[in-house]
Amino acid sequence: MLAVDQPDLFYARQQMAFSLGAHIILACMGMSVPFLVVLAEWKGQRTGDPVYTTLARRWAKVMGVLFAVGAVSGTILSFEFGILWPRWMGRFGDVMGLPFAMEGFAFFLEAIFIGIYLYGWDRLPPRVHLLAGIPIGIAGVASAFFVVAANGWMNDPTGFTVDTRGNVTHVDPWAALFNSALWPEAIHMILAAFIVGGCLVAAPYGWAMLRGRRTRYERVGLLLPLTVAMLATPLQIVVGDWAARHVAQHQPAKLAAMEGLYATTKGAPLHIGGIYVDNDVKFGIPVPDGLSILAFHDPNAVVKGLASVPAADRAPVNVVRISFQLMVAIGFAMLGLGLWMLLAWRRRQSVPRSRWFLRGVVLAGPASVVALECGWITTEVGRQPWIVWNVMRVRDAVTDAPNIRFGYYLLLVVYAFMALFSLIVIRRLTHAPLPAEVAEMHEPDDDG
Amino acid sequence: MTLAEACAAAMFVGITLYALLAGADFGAGFWDLVAGGEAKGREQRALIEESIAPVWEANHVWLIFVLVTLWTAFPSAFASIMSTLYVPLTLAAVGIILRGAAFAFRKASETLPLRRLFGATFASSSVLTPFMFGAVVGGIASGRVPAGERTGNVLGSWLNPTSILGGVLAVVACAFLAAVYLTADAERRGHPDLVSAFRMRAIASAVVAGAVALAGVFILYHDAHDLFHGLTHRGAPLIGLSAAAGITTLVLLVRGAYAWARFSAALAIVAVLFGWAAGQYPYMLEHSLRISDAAGAHATLVAILVTLGVGAALLVPALTWLLVLTQRGTLSASADH
Repeated sequence: MLAVDQPDLFYARQQMAFSLGAHIILACMGMSVPFLVVLAEWKGQRTGDPVYTTLARRWAKVMGVLFAVGAVSGTILSFEFGILWPRWMGRFGDVMGLPFAMEGFAFFLEAIFIGIYLYGWDRLPPRVHLLAGIPIGIAGVASAFFVVAANGWMNDPTGFTVDTRGNVTHVDPWAALFNSALWPEAIHMILAAFIVGGCLVAAPYGWAMLRGRRTRYERVGLLLPLTVAMLATPLQIVVGDWAARHVAQHQPAKLAAMEGLYATTKGAPLHIGGIYVDNDVKFGIPVPDGLSILAFHDPNAVVKGLASVPAADRAPVNVVRISFQLMVAIGFAMLGLGLWMLLAWRRRQSVPRSRWFLRGVVLAGPASVVALECGWITTEVGRQPWIVWNVMRVRDAVTDAPNIRFGYYLLLVVYAFMALFSLIVIRRLTHAPLPAEVAEMHEPDDDG
Repeated sequence: MTLAEACAAAMFVGITLYALLAGADFGAGFWDLVAGGEAKGREQRALIEESIAPVWEANHVWLIFVLVTLWTAFPSAFASIMSTLYVPLTLAAVGIILRGAAFAFRKASETLPLRRLFGATFASSSVLTPFMFGAVVGGIASGRVPAGERTGNVLGSWLNPTSILGGVLAVVACAFLAAVYLTADAERRGHPDLVSAFRMRAIASAVVAGAVALAGVFILYHDAHDLFHGLTHRGAPLIGLSAAAGITTLVLLVRGAYAWARFSAALAIVAVLFGWAAGQYPYMLEHSLRISDAAGAHATLVAILVTLGVGAALLVPALTWLLVLTQRGTLSASADH
């Protein structure tokens, strides 16, 4: 391998992080919103309740816009793989490319059925239309599964050997696809999509209810997506634990960065909060043996610290650790929100009356996105300086092309406009007047 | 045929379908751009929007298909192309973002200023993207992308006579395809005035395409001699077929057989693309990298062909359904709720 002289490495990393960070939100919406739409349409068809049908149609319009933006922002990523990291793709493209080829087909099906679903409304028989909506979400989830398989491979590279001259040999793309990080990472990602999608769709209805609009429309619009998100949250905490234990086994240096553990320790403590300074967590609340218990389910387990790898091979601890802690904190806060909802439902078959609950729902929208990004930062920045764990460093993967920073600047401008106009367009779509039959549907137990 | 050639052929089928389907969507954007003022162009724009709205995303996926097949089956070629040609590819990518997002935004907007802004963005990026892809092809076909990990000439690889020719030809070919398809669409939907408008555009773009291709003969002779040799020898029958199909399309357009004109127009494009492939064979990167040398591991080539087979089995019924629904006019972009 030739050494790369790339003064713009920082910009290449920023560009990749930025475009992935933007796409991940759209990808999550692409997985979960189709299910919410189909669920609402199905309820509407079964009960004849126009509220469900109206919600389904509105969400479908937003889904159409988000899908278009997600489709193009996803395409950009496949360009960037080659433009920014040609040495990584050139060496390992045939090892870890297979899941992307599969993802291509899943995306294809998604695009076909979303076209049929969005433009077939009132043209196809209702049952056929409903059925045409189901493959969209399934294909979306399959796409995520395959993409995360490739990311899992970067964390736990399998399916090849590197010979003494540095050549990649004995390539087995199936072994690479089914790397050990695949299952915990993929399920964690898919559940995250349902939490993000559910919370983001529910939040505007919480906002409307806080502002005094409490018709059946707002109530159903809040309850249906929020229920999905709140069902996914406890599962997510269990899967998150599984994912963290996988990291503990396969990427001990990443776990050490997530926890700010410097020295390899038997019965390692866990610190809640605080900041990592001078090889130690300051101002955190220590839980004795906590990390050993969480990571290995054994209070006496030995947890490897950052000191077990050379200083150059350690991830930036505070970025990783704070992201990780924030993600976990948001996850537990959402669990609390879900329990509150469950208790209220058991008591009086309704949403909690408290305005604080509605505030919580509104907050859960952006908070779910923050948790998503934090999780992504944890796994990606936690992998640094490696692009392929313990095999290839990011700085050896980057292109040697000059002036790549300008591509980053250009993309920043384009994405800023895209985000702005997405919001404007979605706002207009969601603020169109409601059909009269839905707008007048007040519920008897409305108490404001 | 070796495994590597089978993968290259599959990828080339993807390139061809992308050109025929997404190319026409880009071409429709070109006609949107030149449709005239708000009142004058309204009907044309409505037809364009209705024709491409349900299908452009599915058509776009052929590009993804090509990219993932390229990097999985031919990782070194992918790396070389992407690093040397990163400027036109970045611009193509920006065009793709702007085109897709602006088109979706325009469909969802009702106020005139926003529709104008999104429409102009959609239309101009519909020209930018095919031009850049054409320039990329020109760079590869004229042997300006070196194999290996080192980046080649980042400007000369796409700012050269063959690339400019490729870019212009791509834009004209997209416009030609779109005009022919839109003529047939307008006839099917019963808009006689739009039929004659797009028929004129189809004829004009066919003539321009022919003229550019003729000029291209001289450009390639001087700038890309190996490609010229390939096109005039192994690729010659295909180039001849393309010219014949183009002339047939003109005749069919003049005689009003628009549905058939779509097929001969598509054939003209397919033949010229296959002519390029034949002219460049056995090189993946002209001069510098053969298909066999670019190929990845044997196990991966097998895996990708298996994946393509399974994927096609899933895809073909779905695509057929989409095609049947669009051809029957079941899917409507104008239905709004």
